[in-house]
Amino acid sequence: MSSTAPREPMVVAEQVHKSFGSNHVLRGISLEVSRGEVMCLVGPSGSGKSTFLRCINHLEKINSGRISVDGTLIGYRENNGKLYELSAREAAAQRAGIGMVFQRFNLFPHMTALQNVTTGMVRVQGINQSDAEIEAKKILERVGLSEKLGHYPAHLSGGQQQRVAIARSLAMRPKLMLFDEPTSALDPELVGEVLDVMKELASTGMTMIVVTHEMGFAREVADSLIFMDGGVVVESGKPIDVLNNPQEARTKSFLSKVL
Amino acid sequence: MQSTNHPPIKAVPLRHPFRWAVALFLVLSAAAFIVDAAHRSAYDWKSFRKYIFDTRVLQAAGVTLALTALAMTFAITLGISLAVMRRSPNPVFRSVSWLFIWIFRGTPVYVQLVFWGLLSTIYHSFFVGIPDIHFNNFYLGFHQAISQNFSLFWIAVIGLSLNEAAYMAEIVRAGLLSVDAGQEEAATSIGMSWWATMRYVVIPQAMRIIIPPTGNEIVSMLKTTSLVTAVPLVTDLYARTRDISAETYNPIPLLLVASAWYLAFTTILMVIQYYIEKRFARGQATLMAAAS
Repeated sequence: MSSTAPREPMVVAEQVHKSFGSNHVLRGISLEVSRGEVMCLVGPSGSGKSTFLRCINHLEKINSGRISVDGTLIGYRENNGKLYELSAREAAAQRAGIGMVFQRFNLFPHMTALQNVTTGMVRVQGINQSDAEIEAKKILERVGLSEKLGHYPAHLSGGQQQRVAIARSLAMRPKLMLFDEPTSALDPELVGEVLDVMKELASTGMTMIVVTHEMGFAREVADSLIFMDGGVVVESGKPIDVLNNPQEARTKSFLSKVL
Repeated sequence: MQSTNHPPIKAVPLRHPFRWAVALFLVLSAAAFIVDAAHRSAYDWKSFRKYIFDTRVLQAAGVTLALTALAMTFAITLGISLAVMRRSPNPVFRSVSWLFIWIFRGTPVYVQLVFWGLLSTIYHSFFVGIPDIHFNNFYLGFHQAISQNFSLFWIAVIGLSLNEAAYMAEIVRAGLLSVDAGQEEAATSIGMSWWATMRYVVIPQAMRIIIPPTGNEIVSMLKTTSLVTAVPLVTDLYARTRDISAETYNPIPLLLVASAWYLAFTTILMVIQYYIEKRFARGQATLMAAAS
């Protein structure tokens, strides 16, 4: 996690703009995330953090700029300086390599915890059911849920559901994990178990971008912290520096409210 | 052991005398009607007993069941396809689906059945209009093949299914809309294709919403089959009982015979629907508790 040699970039965003109709949500986001880096995105609601995250795995199309993950342009193919839109199949293949964890978990309610994890392996990667189950059991054990394999999401606590959701993403062996406010929908006493799983994941060298309000997590785990407001990056740096010694007035005002 | 410390409440339950009075009145009225009907000669229960298991009636009941089963199977398949097409990112699919629903939901099923019955006549005269003699012969042969081999039964099945598919499409569409958008996003984010997302994530969850009105549609179809006389197909339950009564000059017992069979089939369908609903409530804590 801590910086050693200069690292190769995993995510590169250059001047990303995104509008929903007349609502200009992202107004030129540029940033770089190195392989193995954990980056936290913080900022007031409506600042565009979640939208930016969704642009990285092409759940939203960007209007201008470019995003690449692991050296590959997202959503397009470039040929002789011209952009070609990717086919649905190619876009899906790109997304499979990028894990995403949602605020509201979005587990498949008609599948057990185990089926939630195996379904991507079977339907996307074409792994046979029994091999997928062996692998899924290992992943669910890693997130501390080996007792809950046959449970449906409705019978799991919020923290357990979110850990299944993380396991579902991990099953696709992503090179990058995106977390969109993973603990915001949780009861306070359940936040810790999800953050613990994320810490463990960070310690294995997973590249992670985390939209969060958990400043403690940012301080302890993140390598870098970005403060966004009004669709732009206001301030960025090491979490300790930004959190303890913010330079911009907007950062100071936001942190004074959340810390 | 708890009761020693926390004795259960002993209270006089709330009485509902008005409910009892109304229920008693209704039961007595029903009993009076049944006793009266049992002796009323117009119902002719002797004929009812004679015809209820008559071979012709049993065969006709089989035809009605077959029409219902086949028409609904095609209608559900086509309806799901139309609803999925309606949501497709492909504008061609969306337009085709919209047009189909517009036409088949917008005209009466009886009119459609008459139309399908006349189809071979329409295309006969249409193709004869083509001057090329070879084509003419070919299409005349085609017309004969259709009118000889393509029985009225299958025309009825197609007519009923196309109309019903338009309704099923709207029911399925409502079901698909009921599934949280986050489900599609989650499936997309693990790299599922649009079709796989529909097939494995959205449709199975939509089924819970789709099944109750579909059960209703099957029951409705069972009775709509009585319109196939428009094709004209006259081997179904209603047409056959009507034909028998045309010979006996005694329509009422045969109406009762037909009604008894329709009611019996509907009852069976209700039982089947109960078990299917239970199955698709998987993962739904509250529904499972309610169903078990």
